[in-house]
Amino acid sequence: MKYDVTVIGSGPGGYVAAIRCAQLGFKTALIEKYNTLGGTCLNVGCIPSKALLDSSEHFHNAGHTFKAHGIDIKELEVNLPQMIERKNGVVKITCDGIDFLMKKNKIDVYKGLGSFVNKNTIKVSGETEQQIETDKVIIATGSKPSTLPGLTIDKDRIITSTEALNMKEIPKHLIIIGGGVIGLELGSVYARLGSKVSVIEYTNTIIPTMDGTLSKELQRSLRKLGFEFFFSHKVKSAKSDGKMVTVTADNEKGEEVTFSGDYCLVSVGRKAYTAGLNLEAAGVVLDERGRIATNHHLETNIQGIYAIGDVVKGAMLAHKAEEEGVFVAETMAGQKPHINYNLIPGVVYTWPEVAGVGATEEELKKSGKKYKVGSFPMRALGRARASMDIDGLVKILADEETDEVLGVHMIGPRVADLIAEAVVAMEFRASAEDIARMSHAHPTYAEAVKEAALAATGNRAIHV
Amino acid sequence: MLQIKVPTVGESINEVTLAKWNKKTGDFVEMDELICELESDKATFELNAETAGILHTKCAEGDTLKIGDLLAEIDTDAKRPEGAVKPAAKPAEAKAPAAAPVNVPSNTTYASGTPAPAAQKILAEKGINPAQVVGSGKDGRITKFDALKAELKVVSNEVKSREDRVEKMTSLRKTVSKRLLAAKNETAMLTTFNEVDMKPIMDLRNQYKNKFKETHGVNLGFMSFFTKAVCVALQEFPAVNAYLNGEEIIYHNYCDVSIAVSAPKGLVVPVIRNAEALSLAEIEAEVMRLAVKARENKLSIEEMTGGTFTITNGGVFGSMLSTPIINPPQSAILGMHNIVERAVVQNGQIVIRPIMYVALSYDHRIIDGRESVGFLVKVKQCLENPTLLLTQGTDPNKLLLGI
Repeated sequence: MKYDVTVIGSGPGGYVAAIRCAQLGFKTALIEKYNTLGGTCLNVGCIPSKALLDSSEHFHNAGHTFKAHGIDIKELEVNLPQMIERKNGVVKITCDGIDFLMKKNKIDVYKGLGSFVNKNTIKVSGETEQQIETDKVIIATGSKPSTLPGLTIDKDRIITSTEALNMKEIPKHLIIIGGGVIGLELGSVYARLGSKVSVIEYTNTIIPTMDGTLSKELQRSLRKLGFEFFFSHKVKSAKSDGKMVTVTADNEKGEEVTFSGDYCLVSVGRKAYTAGLNLEAAGVVLDERGRIATNHHLETNIQGIYAIGDVVKGAMLAHKAEEEGVFVAETMAGQKPHINYNLIPGVVYTWPEVAGVGATEEELKKSGKKYKVGSFPMRALGRARASMDIDGLVKILADEETDEVLGVHMIGPRVADLIAEAVVAMEFRASAEDIARMSHAHPTYAEAVKEAALAATGNRAIHV
Repeated sequence: MLQIKVPTVGESINEVTLAKWNKKTGDFVEMDELICELESDKATFELNAETAGILHTKCAEGDTLKIGDLLAEIDTDAKRPEGAVKPAAKPAEAKAPAAAPVNVPSNTTYASGTPAPAAQKILAEKGINPAQVVGSGKDGRITKFDALKAELKVVSNEVKSREDRVEKMTSLRKTVSKRLLAAKNETAMLTTFNEVDMKPIMDLRNQYKNKFKETHGVNLGFMSFFTKAVCVALQEFPAVNAYLNGEEIIYHNYCDVSIAVSAPKGLVVPVIRNAEALSLAEIEAEVMRLAVKARENKLSIEEMTGGTFTITNGGVFGSMLSTPIINPPQSAILGMHNIVERAVVQNGQIVIRPIMYVALSYDHRIIDGRESVGFLVKVKQCLENPTLLLTQGTDPNKLLLGI
């Protein structure tokens, strides 16, 4: 078969790219080596983790806030197998949805490992082996969890996020190496279900790329949930005897400390995944960090071969990969799309949720730019008190001279959804006063955005 | 960082002088914005930014630079400064003046001219600089509809614009203006006119143009006849071919004829050397070679200097009659004009003939009226009897009879 475009990898970058290609009239093929489409995001990432986060949050509320709401429950207990099964159901429906979308857009799906024979020929090794010819290629093979030297992931007691989504039992003591987004989200799941959670982090903060206020606030909320944090700890080894894991680390003073728990989740980041692609056959080169090197059109060093998502530079986020998929498809069609990388929001689905877009306060301080801060606490909102979700705040950073919004950072209920307003505002270069002068429905969490904007405009929030 | 180097400005130009920085270090420059002016001994060149960014100059005004020397660097990572309104696009670049913005909002903000995401993509695809579009959105933001309309505006400009545009003279224009004024003020210039019946040359051309092209590989135009006729007349009236230099007169025993050619950056005057010794075909070939180079801006300084007489053809633009200005230090210039069928009287009969008016502007300080008029009459005679070109203007019959 001969195609205009072949997409390798069916994650949120790859399948979105394939759909956009098909919409633009390209004859498109999609290659996926796993049995289900959707990549990490749908199968072992965003979607299943949100399913477990929501289930565990319900359990947590049932145990902690229902009484106050006037709901008495006797003998509350976790049915972990059912929780996992519901999660699997969510994943299945979502993955089936991708199958449907491929059929609807007349995209040919090939199941098997895609590897280059040359720049225009790709071998698919699945149940059978076949070769397809293609004019252009989009590599969207994503990333895999990475590990540390001295650590062997046995997928039994020393696990990655993939295994953490399919536990047979609730850990008694879950040791998490790495205080990034994935570790904190999965830690939240099990902390709510009753696990003791210890986070060992190399730096002195959690979610280090986000605004400092957010990491501080999130730490407070997670501590309330029972998290213990060990900062400036350098993990040296993790050993399992089949029942217990012993993690050895150097603390900030250089003294050796050990942690003992029944499970250890290694969440120290992810690395670009290119194994099996046989890039050499096409002549595609990697950068110094093992990612596929691309230019500003996301084209590799080989003309007609593009790469998107986690396998190239930039934040490893599904929504970033999706934008890049559309960008590449439209670029191939001769259009001139643009991605504003500064305005790709970062989100963490703990409870309270965390979200941020634009410059952090630390970045503004470093750049020497004069800015104003407007902050508003969730607890001052009627909506937050009604639902008993009073943790968190919205912080808006605006240019001191022009009042242009430079960064918006939030922690609180559903802020992963609220951040969209900030992205829209910033895409249009709105000022803080612009947001402040727009009507926000009452009572909502979104009112915190308006109030923070009022505070940033001229310290004139109404409800504090 | 993008390095800006002294570009190749002409074949024989190895050095230029940095005449003027139009931008200074630390300024944010837009792509294609004028950043500096370079001068060679003959002409001035403008250098535009190849990309947008912060400028870092690497040499000073008055510096002499070699081709390829580093002029400046542009920091392409730099962000456009907040509050700085993008400069209005150079209207000269715009395809139609109707694209010039109308009703420019006077209270612009940092966000004025910011295209919405969809508008940005549409403008990029249309190749329109957002700075050329007047945004109708809040504070002058460019909406999707503004971007969609952006092209139509060029065609249907319904609003009558009454705006003046002030633009700085380029250095090249300044040089031209100075030289023209000097020629007017420092010479005793006047013009004599005549008319030429072009029928004989046109007949000759019509009869032989294919054969000529076949034989010589160039087209037979009018330029060769005029150049040749001028050479015959120059040799008969050497004062017309002379320079005035202080209290001396420099006579030339050769005819280097400058031909005015319209080039993209303005008028240039390449020189046909020793035109008196060239055949019609050789002149045509030389004119073709120089005209092509002129159009590609590839003429060397040498090819543009040292003519002894100039021919200019306003006829190509439709001029009926004009008084050309002398190209100093030359003393005279011949103006050709359009060829129009006119009713003329020949041998007592009114006949229709293709007529061209010709004009000779000359410096009366060294050329007498007798010489100038005689010169132009000679040119006319040679053109109306092209065989005279073969005998250097002498009646062939007299030549035959030896009288």
